[in-house]
Amino acid sequence: MKGNEAIAEGAIMAGCRHFFGYPITPQTEISAYMAKRLPKLGGTFLQAESEIAAINMVIGASAAGRRAMTSSSSPGIALKSEGLSYLSGCDLPAVVVNIQRGGPGLGGIQPSQSDYFLATRSAGHGDFHILSLAPNSVQEMLDFTYDAFNLSDKYRVVAMILGDGILGQMMEPVDISPKPAAGLPEKSWALTGTGGKRRKNIVNSLHLLPEELEQRNIERYQRYKAVEVEARHEEYLCGDADIVVVAYGAPSRIAKNAIGAARGKGIRAGLLRPITLWPFPAKALRDAARHAKAFVTVEMSMGQMIQDVELAIRCARPVLLCSRAGGMVPSPEEVLAKIEEAADVCASV
Amino acid sequence: MRALRTTVFAGHYGSGKTTLALSYAAWLRCAGHRVTVCDLDIVNPYFRAADAREFLKQKDIGLISSDYANTNLEAPSVSPEAQAAFDDAGLYAVIDLGGDDRGALALGRYAKYLNLAAGQDAEYEMLLVANRCRPLTRDAGSLLEIKDGIERASRTKFTGLVNNTNLGAKTTPEDIIDSLGFALELEIVLGLPLKMTAVNAALISPELTDFWENHAEVFPVRPHRTFAFPI
Repeated sequence: MKGNEAIAEGAIMAGCRHFFGYPITPQTEISAYMAKRLPKLGGTFLQAESEIAAINMVIGASAAGRRAMTSSSSPGIALKSEGLSYLSGCDLPAVVVNIQRGGPGLGGIQPSQSDYFLATRSAGHGDFHILSLAPNSVQEMLDFTYDAFNLSDKYRVVAMILGDGILGQMMEPVDISPKPAAGLPEKSWALTGTGGKRRKNIVNSLHLLPEELEQRNIERYQRYKAVEVEARHEEYLCGDADIVVVAYGAPSRIAKNAIGAARGKGIRAGLLRPITLWPFPAKALRDAARHAKAFVTVEMSMGQMIQDVELAIRCARPVLLCSRAGGMVPSPEEVLAKIEEAADVCASV
Repeated sequence: MRALRTTVFAGHYGSGKTTLALSYAAWLRCAGHRVTVCDLDIVNPYFRAADAREFLKQKDIGLISSDYANTNLEAPSVSPEAQAAFDDAGLYAVIDLGGDDRGALALGRYAKYLNLAAGQDAEYEMLLVANRCRPLTRDAGSLLEIKDGIERASRTKFTGLVNNTNLGAKTTPEDIIDSLGFALELEIVLGLPLKMTAVNAALISPELTDFWENHAEVFPVRPHRTFAFPI
């Protein structure tokens, strides 16, 4: 199936029955799939009048304790940033999918990873984080969307699937055998009607007293500490690597080709693929820095994740950037050339 | 298999229409016809016939495609040259339609030429491409809905079916053999003859061809490109 369809199927498997969307290339198949499937499952599919309306509908469904999702692509996600901030201010779970395209502005429709900063740094105003998962296959589009709902409910944070136009549009075989029934956790905070039996719940992001607002922020950041155990990454030929390539999403697969070619030329290269972008697998990078002489990040942007890599290793090793932007995709040859450049840098030190 | 002057490939998005249209055009060209692929896809700005520009050039096959194909402009536009696919009597046109009923809308503008041609026995072929491995077209009921939607939107009737069951690079000959029941059920439920079972040329064997002999021609598909995208 298509990557976008796999996301929709993963959400359905996780018990998501409320989807609110607005079409934009290259993620429209998520909406199209939900429009076909959800009504048959007794769920709600609604094409909203705008991206902003869609995220606000997610706020409503989530406040009522339901699993809800919206999806868009880069410019549409920027429009949703107000809603992402309100969801976070209200400590509401939700899953938001971003199938990135080139920017800034209207940009283009071709694949990109230039919303790394948006996902990990600035999803909206205020002090908050969203948990970001970066699949690199159609199977992972399904699996991670399923996981995203569970993580989002567990920590009461927004979870984002950060894909790109390649992953959204490409087709691969997918195992769709049923996953463990996604039991909805007890949501004692949800607005489900008191039935005259309990005090009313209030879901709110407005706090009139600054002391109270500060306290809510402190509590939220304590919760974020607990989220750090969810940091995930994958290693490929990384154990003895002198040159560690760091790439997530589609470029991580292109990097594997280049690493094979580099090994063929006698360069010990390996891949460290961040799977969660926040929390970032910083410890794994620090561990890799013990044996690595240099790092190379491969990004479909002007270089964004490179900052997190430098931060994780405290700039203890040179970090080179292999970058294509604006919808262009790095080739294995370009990645190999950058690995060779990194090897030269090491040799000259 | 007898070739007609106009062949339209239509069906669910992602069912393999473009790949099939390109292979079919190459087959027509090998048979000595003057051939053009006409891209009427107004739905998917990714993966379209224009990606195969070089392949078509090498094979001396024409390409009619939107000026905006493979640019960042998402205009659902059709080239004015598309009219030639219907007017040029010496040309074999292979028409690649966009997915589902939305994609089929683009054909509606030309429906009168197809229907006129049919009336004068310069027949056309419009083939519904079906892949049982696609999540929303796993049964005959779903495909019946798609067939009706496409016929309504395009104001044209299908003339046949293509069984294009595949799992991309993971397809096995067993998948093709297993799809027989699906293909035969489609014939009955949709009321359309099975024109071909499309199979990646690399998977075709005498056993496979024999197996399908009484049901449909096995048509070899040669994907014009594959991605070097390791798992």
